[in-house]
Amino acid sequence: MELLVCIKQVPDTSEIKLDPETNNLIRTGLPSIVNPYDMHALEAALSVKDQIPDSRVSVISMGPPQAEEALRQCLARGADDAWLITDRAFGGADTLATSYTIASAIRHVERTMNRTFEMIFCGKQAIDGDTAQVGPQIAEELGIAQATYACEISVDEISRTVLVKREHESGYELMEAPLPLLITATSELNEPRVPSLWHSIAAKRYTIGHITLRDMPHIDESRIGLGGSPTRVRKVYQPPLRGKVDMLSSVEEGSKKILELAYHVKPEKFAHLLVPSDEPVVEAEDYDGVDVSNPVVRAAAVDSVVPKEIRAVQPNTFAAEAAKQSTDAQGGER
Amino acid sequence: MGIANFEEYKDVFVVADTIDDVVHPVTIELIGQARHIAKEVGQLVQVMLLGENVQEQAQELVAYGADIVHVFESPFLKHYSTDGYTKVLTDFFKDHKPNVLLIGATNNGRDLAPRISGRMQNGVVADCTILTVDTEEGLVEWTRPALGGNILAEIISPNHRPQMGSVRPNVFKKPERNDAAWGRIQIEPVNLTAADIRTKRIDFIPFSSVSYNIQEADIIVAGGRGMGSKENFDKLYELADAIGGVVGATRPLVEKGWIELPYQIGQTGKTVSPKLYIAFGISGAIQHVSGISGSDTIVAINNDPTAEIFQHANYGIVGDCMDVLNDMLGHLK
Repeated sequence: MELLVCIKQVPDTSEIKLDPETNNLIRTGLPSIVNPYDMHALEAALSVKDQIPDSRVSVISMGPPQAEEALRQCLARGADDAWLITDRAFGGADTLATSYTIASAIRHVERTMNRTFEMIFCGKQAIDGDTAQVGPQIAEELGIAQATYACEISVDEISRTVLVKREHESGYELMEAPLPLLITATSELNEPRVPSLWHSIAAKRYTIGHITLRDMPHIDESRIGLGGSPTRVRKVYQPPLRGKVDMLSSVEEGSKKILELAYHVKPEKFAHLLVPSDEPVVEAEDYDGVDVSNPVVRAAAVDSVVPKEIRAVQPNTFAAEAAKQSTDAQGGER
Repeated sequence: MGIANFEEYKDVFVVADTIDDVVHPVTIELIGQARHIAKEVGQLVQVMLLGENVQEQAQELVAYGADIVHVFESPFLKHYSTDGYTKVLTDFFKDHKPNVLLIGATNNGRDLAPRISGRMQNGVVADCTILTVDTEEGLVEWTRPALGGNILAEIISPNHRPQMGSVRPNVFKKPERNDAAWGRIQIEPVNLTAADIRTKRIDFIPFSSVSYNIQEADIIVAGGRGMGSKENFDKLYELADAIGGVVGATRPLVEKGWIELPYQIGQTGKTVSPKLYIAFGISGAIQHVSGISGSDTIVAINNDPTAEIFQHANYGIVGDCMDVLNDMLGHLK
């Protein structure tokens, strides 16, 4: 079976640089890795190859010439062939233009190499763009079915169908899909293998074929690159941070603060800690800065009182107790 | 490319997100945003409601702000399918050309949106978290996080229609329900056969413990790797029980199998916006933080004073998260 994996080289860093003119990310000069979900896509293809004899795994990527390195990492894990779609004319493409370019290159490889890819694997999304769009758009452009968010697959060669377990928000969907099929992989799908020595040596020697604009005479140039992209990035900015963090000095203070915050959201959950009281306990309000009219703060503030006892304490007793402690505390200052 | 006559493209359309004939809450959030956009550009809100038996839910959508609800009913639409939904929607849009099209960024919505864009050859912006309108140009400004939430990108689609985007669930507030609102509910013909849908649903296996929806929780008690052990992590349930919260976790804990996938919070899990988010032993990887930034108040407990999470919290406690947890449980007994 002819299997194809689409991969993307992505920056592996939180350090972001932007091109001030195009507002696009500068992808050069940053440490690069193969998009982690794509490694699961590759593993899925290699597993199918292990299962079905005479299968072949091809890998394709679109990017600058240095993306060859990402393809070599796939070859080192057992991929048979690799192509890089690379041309300045393809730069600045959004997901629609990217998927059209990749789909055109896939058709080009199929024709020149006389192959028909029956399964195409992509990662569920790339960790830089996080769009999850290029896979389905490639499937649409090629006119084939898709199974996104795959976390388990089993290929039946005889019936030419694939049973796919898809991840949803509320459960798993079991779906049967025909070949040819495009699958997008989640990290649940498998555990990617490590490079093997033999394949690593072969990967170093492998000459990765480049696919440029010139190689694809049938491509519609109005649908590629920045010019062929319907969407435009108007501006890119850092999300605003929250206001300055208030650091609490101790475990006790922190625990108290959290309980107080929780009390304000769900006071009903603290009802059993409430001391029945008709009158507000005002006398002790300034006790150590603790608002004793708030039962949670009070419960959290009084360490010496076993929580069970708090319920038993009568309001006046508690107030008197607190007031006494308050007087005691002030005693030293006098 | 590009379309010469934008005049034909009118109104703000929403694709209702239905799971087995039940409308997903994100649909209401989308209608709220659609209303806002429609008001800015002076157009109507139209909702596409697909399913086998969904007609009676149409009135509900009107109450939340839809002017027109198009109902498409067919046994082939009982379950979501890429092929069925794409065909019905794009066929309809040949005659009713939307100016703006909103789709929920659920797994199904993110399966569907790029497929529609491929067929209609229009732009689509994934997983938007901010929607604004450039009233001068009449363009929707789609803002979305990228690079794992490190940056926000504002994107427009100036020369193509429909302007389309998927919108992240649980980011936008639901609009007010108004029973006095009126609108048109239009039953539409469905031209769909079994042959149009290449995939076949065999089964649906719900997650075993979805007794609550973490996205609707007011208080979330979340654990990260700093919890140390599953035994420690399980103590969070005691706290959650006592204060009326729900337990969530970071991705590594889900991968360890300590908690099920529906409770994973972050870029690849759920986006949450509780009133109170309590982070125990969470380092604050941007992938996690981007999923909690909508929280009203964030409290972080971590023994590393330089942990990234403190940059994103309202309150921070440097200390052992088990000490804090045990102290709180002590007070709550």
